[in-house]
Amino acid sequence: MKVNSSAAAALMGRKTRGVLPGFGLTLGYTMVYLSLLVLIPISAVFIRSSSGGWAHFWEVVTAPRVLASLRLSFGASLVAASINVVFGLIVSWVLVRYTFPFKRFIDGMVDLPFALPTAVAGIALTALYAPNGWLGAWLKPLGIEVAFTPLGIVVALTFIGMPFVVRTLQPVLEELDREVEQAAASLGASPLQAFCRVIFPALWPALLTGFALAFARAIGEYGSVIFIAGNMPMRSEIAPLLIVAKLEQYDYAGATAIAVVMLVLSFAIMFGINALQNWAASRHGER
Amino acid sequence: MGRLLLIVTALLFLCVFLVLPLLVVFAQALAKGFEVYYLAILAPMAWAAVKLTLLVAAIAVPLNLIFGVAAAWAIAKFNFRGKSALITLIDLPFAVSPVIAGMIFILVFGTHGWFGGYLRAHHIRVVFAVPGIVLATMFVTFPFIARELIPVMQSQGKDDEETALSLGATGWQTFWRVTLPNIRWGLLYGVLLCNARAMGEFGAVSVVAGHIRGVTNTMPLHVEILYNEYNYTAAFAVASLLALLALLTLAGKSILEWRQPELRHAVRRPRDRTRRAYS
Amino acid sequence: MKRTRALMASMLLLYVLGAGVSPAATVKLLNVSYDPTREFYEEYNKAFAAYWKTKTGDTVIVNQSHGGSGKQARSVIDGLEADVVTLALAFDIDALSMQGGLIPRNWQQRLPDNSTPYTSTIVFLVRKGNPKGIHDWGDLVRPGVAVITSSPKTSGGARWNYLAAWAWALKQPGGSDATAEAFVKRLYHNVPVLDSGARGATVTFVERGIGDVLLAWENEAYLARKELGPEKFDILAPSVSIVAEPPVSLVDQNVDEHGTRKVAEEYLTYLYSPQGQEIAARHFYRPRDPSVAAKYAQQFQDIPLLVTVDGLFGGWTKAQATHFADHGTFDRIYGR
Repeated sequence: MKVNSSAAAALMGRKTRGVLPGFGLTLGYTMVYLSLLVLIPISAVFIRSSSGGWAHFWEVVTAPRVLASLRLSFGASLVAASINVVFGLIVSWVLVRYTFPFKRFIDGMVDLPFALPTAVAGIALTALYAPNGWLGAWLKPLGIEVAFTPLGIVVALTFIGMPFVVRTLQPVLEELDREVEQAAASLGASPLQAFCRVIFPALWPALLTGFALAFARAIGEYGSVIFIAGNMPMRSEIAPLLIVAKLEQYDYAGATAIAVVMLVLSFAIMFGINALQNWAASRHGER
Repeated sequence: MGRLLLIVTALLFLCVFLVLPLLVVFAQALAKGFEVYYLAILAPMAWAAVKLTLLVAAIAVPLNLIFGVAAAWAIAKFNFRGKSALITLIDLPFAVSPVIAGMIFILVFGTHGWFGGYLRAHHIRVVFAVPGIVLATMFVTFPFIARELIPVMQSQGKDDEETALSLGATGWQTFWRVTLPNIRWGLLYGVLLCNARAMGEFGAVSVVAGHIRGVTNTMPLHVEILYNEYNYTAAFAVASLLALLALLTLAGKSILEWRQPELRHAVRRPRDRTRRAYS
Repeated sequence: MKRTRALMASMLLLYVLGAGVSPAATVKLLNVSYDPTREFYEEYNKAFAAYWKTKTGDTVIVNQSHGGSGKQARSVIDGLEADVVTLALAFDIDALSMQGGLIPRNWQQRLPDNSTPYTSTIVFLVRKGNPKGIHDWGDLVRPGVAVITSSPKTSGGARWNYLAAWAWALKQPGGSDATAEAFVKRLYHNVPVLDSGARGATVTFVERGIGDVLLAWENEAYLARKELGPEKFDILAPSVSIVAEPPVSLVDQNVDEHGTRKVAEEYLTYLYSPQGQEIAARHFYRPRDPSVAAKYAQQFQDIPLLVTVDGLFGGWTKAQATHFADHGTFDRIYGR
C-alpha cells in the first residue's frame, strides 16, 4: 500500500476514521503550529551553521575545547542518567511496594525537579555543595569537592533527571504481577534470582526509556549547571555554555555549528526512545 | 532487613537530592528574618518580574493547550501515515537545549535574522521584548500538554464520540459534551506541568530577554540579577516564591491523582472510563 | 476558520504588547551596560532625571540592562534597542560598528577622553590579613595560591585582568611576549573556577569562600568590601596594572528611530560634568575631572605603573585578535 498524495492519505483515513469529524482541522492546526514554532526556527540553526562552509563547521566542532565540552556534556549526562536508573529503581520500588510514613508526600516530591526553575535549582545546589555549604562543609574534610568540579555537574544533572526515571518505572512496577514473583519464590528462587529472572526482564524497556529521557534532558541543561560547574575550559565547561561563549564573540557560525552537533545527537536519542517505546508497546500487545 | 535497607537508601537519596536543596532555598530566604523577606518580595522590580512571568504564562499556556488538544485529537482518534513520526516531532523541543531554543528565535527574529529587516522597518519588536519571551517559553513547554493528553485520549477510544454523533450531535457538541469531560483531569494535569515549566524557564528566556530591569525580567532572571548584586537574601526570597509555586503544582497534581488515581498510569483502563461516560 | 482568527488575534496581541507606547513629555532611554555598573547608574540615573526635569520640564525614565559586556553588545547587535551603551571595553562597542553598522566607525572620537568619562584599574582583593602573603603579580603563580578571575572569552573585566598580568610580566627584567605568555599560563593554572562574568567571579570569591585572591576591577573590589564587610577583605595594589577604560556611546540608529538623540547625548555628556564625575567617584570609578579626582585621590590605590591598552597592546582590535580570539594566546593556555 504505497500512497503518497494527501488525497490518497485522506482516502485511506476515511476507511479507518469512521464518522468522527475534525481530522483535517486538528491535524492541519497541529502541523501549522508545529512548523511555525518548532520546525522552521530549528531549521534556522542548520541553515546558519552552513553559512561558514563545511570546512569551518568541521574546524569548529573538532576543536579540542569543543570536543572536551561535548565529551563532558554527554559523559556527565550518561553518569547522571545511570545514577538515576539505579536509585530511581530503588525509589520507585520502595514507593510502589512498601508503606512507610509520609509516603504520599515523598511520592509527590519526586516531581520537584520538574517544577522547580533550573536557575533556582542551580543556586540552591551551589549553596548546598560549596565548601562553606551544608553538605560541602561535611564533604570537604573527606577530600570530596563537588561544587565547581565535574562532580557538581553530575549532581545537578542527577537532580533534574530523577523524575523521568521514577515516573517511567512506577506504572510498570504497579502493573507487575506479584504472583509470578511468589511462584518463583515458592519454587525456591532467592529474591535476587527472582529479581534477575522475573522482574528485570519486565522492567528493562521502562528502565531504558527512563534512562534515555533523563539522558536527553541532561545533555542540553544549562540553568542549573552554570552555577555549580566552575566552567573551566577542557575540564568543567559544558557544551551549552560554549554556545553562549561563541555567541558573545559574535561567532554565529561557530555557535550554530556546536548547536547542530548537539541537536543531531539529541534527536537521534529522541528517535531511539520513541522506536523503543513502539517496540515495547508492540511486544506488550503480543503477549 | 533488605526491605529496610531499600527504604533507607531511597529516602537518603531523595533527602540529599530533593529535600535539602528545597530547604536551602527557604533557609537562605528567611536568613535575615521575615521583615527582610517581605521587603524583598514586595520590591517594585520583584513585582514587575512577577507580573511579567504571569503574563507570559497566561499567553503561552493557553496557546499550547489549544495545540495539545488538537494534536491529541488528531493522533488519538485517527490513523494516518507518519503518526509516530509526528509524535516524535512533538517531543523534539524536549531534547533541545534551552540555550539553543533561545538562539533559534534570535536567528529568526533578530536584526540580522530572517525577518529582522522587515520587523525593524515596521517597528515591531519580537526578541528582547515580551513576544520573544513568550515564543521561547512556548517552545520550551510545547510538548507538555500534548504528551499528557495523547495517551489519555488513546485509552478512551472513540466509541463515546461515535455514539454521540450517531445520536445527532454535531462535532463541536461532541467535543464539548463528551470528549472534554472525559479528558478534563488529564488536561488539568498537563496544564499544571506546562504552567510550572513556563514560569520557571531560565536558559531560553535569558537568551532572548535582553535583561531590561522592570521591563523584560521574568522571575527566574530576576533571581539571577539579585544574586549577582550580592543581594542573596532577596534572590532566595524570589526563588522561594518559585519554589512555592513548584510545591503548589505538586499539591495540585496530588489532588488530581487522588481524584483520578489512574491518571498516573501510562496504561489506563478504558472500560471504566467508557462506563462512566454513559452513566 | 476559527483557528486562523484565533491565531491572528493572538499574533496581534503579541505585537501590541511588544510595541510599548510611551505617553507625551516622558522620555524613555535604555542604557545597556555591563555588570559592575549597576549601583553607579542607579544613582546617576536619578541625578540625571532631576537635572533634565529642571532643564526641560520633561520626565526621563532610564531603563537599565546589565550583563556580561560581550553578551550585552551581542544583544544590541541582534536588536535590543539601546539608546546608549556603557560597556566594559572599546572592543565591544567597536562590534556595534563592525558587526551591526549601528554606529559610525569614529564613535570613540565623539566624546572627550576616548569616550571614557571614568576609568578604573585592576587590583587584588584578598582575605583579611592577607594570609597567603600576596603582594604582587609574581606571588599569584606560587603553588597553593588559588586565583579567582572570570573567563576572558565571555567577560570584559577578565580581559583587563589578563592584559594587566601580561603587562606586569612584560615589564619584568628580560620580559618578552614569550615570558609573558608563560607567566599568564602559570597564573591560569592556579585558577580553580572560571566564571562567565566578573560578578560571578566576585560571588564565587566572597560568598562561596573559594580562592585566596580575586582579580577585580578597583571599583568592584571596593564595592564588594563595602557591601560585604571591610572586616573580611583587604584590597592590594600590584606594582603594575592597566588603565581599564570602560567607554560609552550613543547608538545612532536607535536614537534616531526613537527620536531620543538629544536627551541621550545629554545623558552621556552629563557624565563628564562635575556632578556626574562626583557620582562616579563615589562608586569608586576614577574620575577624569582633575578637581574631582583631587578630591577623591586618597580613596584610590597608589599603583606605581599604569599602562594603557593603546600604549602597550596596540589598541583593542589588535589585543583581541592576539589574545582572546579563537587560537589566541588564551586558547593556547588551555590548548591540548
